[in-house]
Amino acid sequence: MARAPHAALLEWRTVIDVAFSHRQGSFSLDVSMQVPDSGVTGLFGTSGAGKSTVADAIAGLIRPDAGRIAIGETVLFDSARGVAVAPERRRIGYVFQEARLFPHMNVRANLHFGGRRRGAASPDTFEQVVGLLGLEPLLDRRTRHLSGGEAQRVAIGRALLSGPDLLIMDEPLSSLDQQRRDDVLPHLERLAADTGVPTVYITHSIEEIIRLADHLAVMANGSVLACGPIQDVMARPDLPVLNDRRDAGTILLTTVAGHFDDDHLSALRFGEHTLLVPRTERAEGSPLALRILARDVSLALEPPQRSSVMNVLPGTVTGIHPRGDGHVDVSIDSGQIIRARITRRSADDLSLKVGLELYALVKSVAFAERDAFRRHAEGEG
Amino acid sequence: MPTPAETEALLLSLRVAVWSVLGSLPPAIAIAWLLARTRFPGHALLNGILHIPLVVPPVVIGYLLLVFLGRRGPGGVFLENVFGITLGFTWQGAAIASAIVAFPLMLRAIRQSIEGVDRRLEQAARTLGASPANAFCTVTLPLIAPGVFAGMVLSFARSLGEFGATITFVSSIPGETRTLPLALYAAAQVPGGEAQATRLVVISITLAMIALIGSEWLARRTRHYSSGGP
Repeated sequence: MARAPHAALLEWRTVIDVAFSHRQGSFSLDVSMQVPDSGVTGLFGTSGAGKSTVADAIAGLIRPDAGRIAIGETVLFDSARGVAVAPERRRIGYVFQEARLFPHMNVRANLHFGGRRRGAASPDTFEQVVGLLGLEPLLDRRTRHLSGGEAQRVAIGRALLSGPDLLIMDEPLSSLDQQRRDDVLPHLERLAADTGVPTVYITHSIEEIIRLADHLAVMANGSVLACGPIQDVMARPDLPVLNDRRDAGTILLTTVAGHFDDDHLSALRFGEHTLLVPRTERAEGSPLALRILARDVSLALEPPQRSSVMNVLPGTVTGIHPRGDGHVDVSIDSGQIIRARITRRSADDLSLKVGLELYALVKSVAFAERDAFRRHAEGEG
Repeated sequence: MPTPAETEALLLSLRVAVWSVLGSLPPAIAIAWLLARTRFPGHALLNGILHIPLVVPPVVIGYLLLVFLGRRGPGGVFLENVFGITLGFTWQGAAIASAIVAFPLMLRAIRQSIEGVDRRLEQAARTLGASPANAFCTVTLPLIAPGVFAGMVLSFARSLGEFGATITFVSSIPGETRTLPLALYAAAQVPGGEAQATRLVVISITLAMIALIGSEWLARRTRHYSSGGP
């Protein structure tokens, strides 16, 4: 498998090791997940899956019935040894669904709240965070005069300035309307790239996961079903929460190979394959992650002649997953996993079976660009 | 102008009310927090006991104080022997009687305002490095300040008007325990005391009005402050 440009991403170390069980009324959780020491780990699941309870357990706001939570060498919770560090002694920055700003303080005092109690953040750090989140014009404002998006940005800054070893964001955009989300999302992307604080990002929005996360943990009914690099987890065919949706798909890690300005196209390379996609702003040689929706991929037993489809990727069928609605999801190993969603009749006509060699066809216009891997290329190598 | 006796009663009333309010404030905040934020065996019982002064005649409270803290009561003997303090027939005793009668009013106001504070703000403060005590002092307390002032004003007003418990516990000694209501009662008992009584009525009403207007102003200031100023 040709994944050389993203090797840094694959050699991750664990910063937070979470394993606990907890009962809350009739709902019981049994969670086990590892969070890498850099980048954004998406914690994805439908509402009611128990995501916020995981966040509360890591931050120390609830005490699980049993288990162990450790950050690096430091044990935060260990029921066997009777360890339960108080929330104020854990260095976990927590951004809640609602901003939870202190209404009797202005923005500046809110931002300083954590730093004052944890050894004040240096003026440089303060300036950097304020700049990163665009908080300069808000500093002397009263919190009740902030819009939802502004308040959430202040809450993120406040958590960052408390000097956290880990940042947890619990659906920070869910209480905002679409316009405010678009206002905050670019800040979150820059944050992941510039601060270097490992982050757990909780959401039920696959779009936010695609834009922000390097790693992905998938939760359903109180347990973590999968946890790992995002392209590996997205490639798994056995996670209904990812696959039972119209926009199911996989992620390809590629490198920008060149641009064709006249045609408004760029060439991306992965392994020995080249893909043509709409012109990207990324410079030649930079890594680029692409999301390919299963419904945008069709299959052919021979390379098509005189077709409008520019991307023809040879590969081997590694799995056939019938879906309830007359569709079949086919996994194709073409160096990396691509998935095609086709009708059952088409699958029968092609006599698809595991091991069959065929061609995956992807229209260039189908690609949705995503460049969440910039920091690993620029920051770490 | 008030006569020296009237001034004496006025100043005594103020002194008793101020000490009664200041003395009951710390326990009221602590107990209000316990009742609002924790659940423990005896929660309802404690709440009930603390509300007794609101529902029984003040004379009953005064009588109970006399029995327990009077010169021959077990508490009174203890205070006398250990600390050399006597409460019976002293203005300190009047302050304690006032404080107990007014306590439920202050407690309710503070408890309600603590229950009105979003606990999630306290949680946020904890994740930012604040101990429970620090979170209470820097987040909860500023946010409940209007409720605390409301409770103080209520209990101050109740103290100024206290009669039954005071006269039962510490009697009506001029210059020591004869507060405005007690002085008014004494004047009304004496033939030809109507002029004196009228003057005391005017003083009482004036004092009440000043206290009310002052507290209104203070409450506005506090609300302003705790919701983030201008």
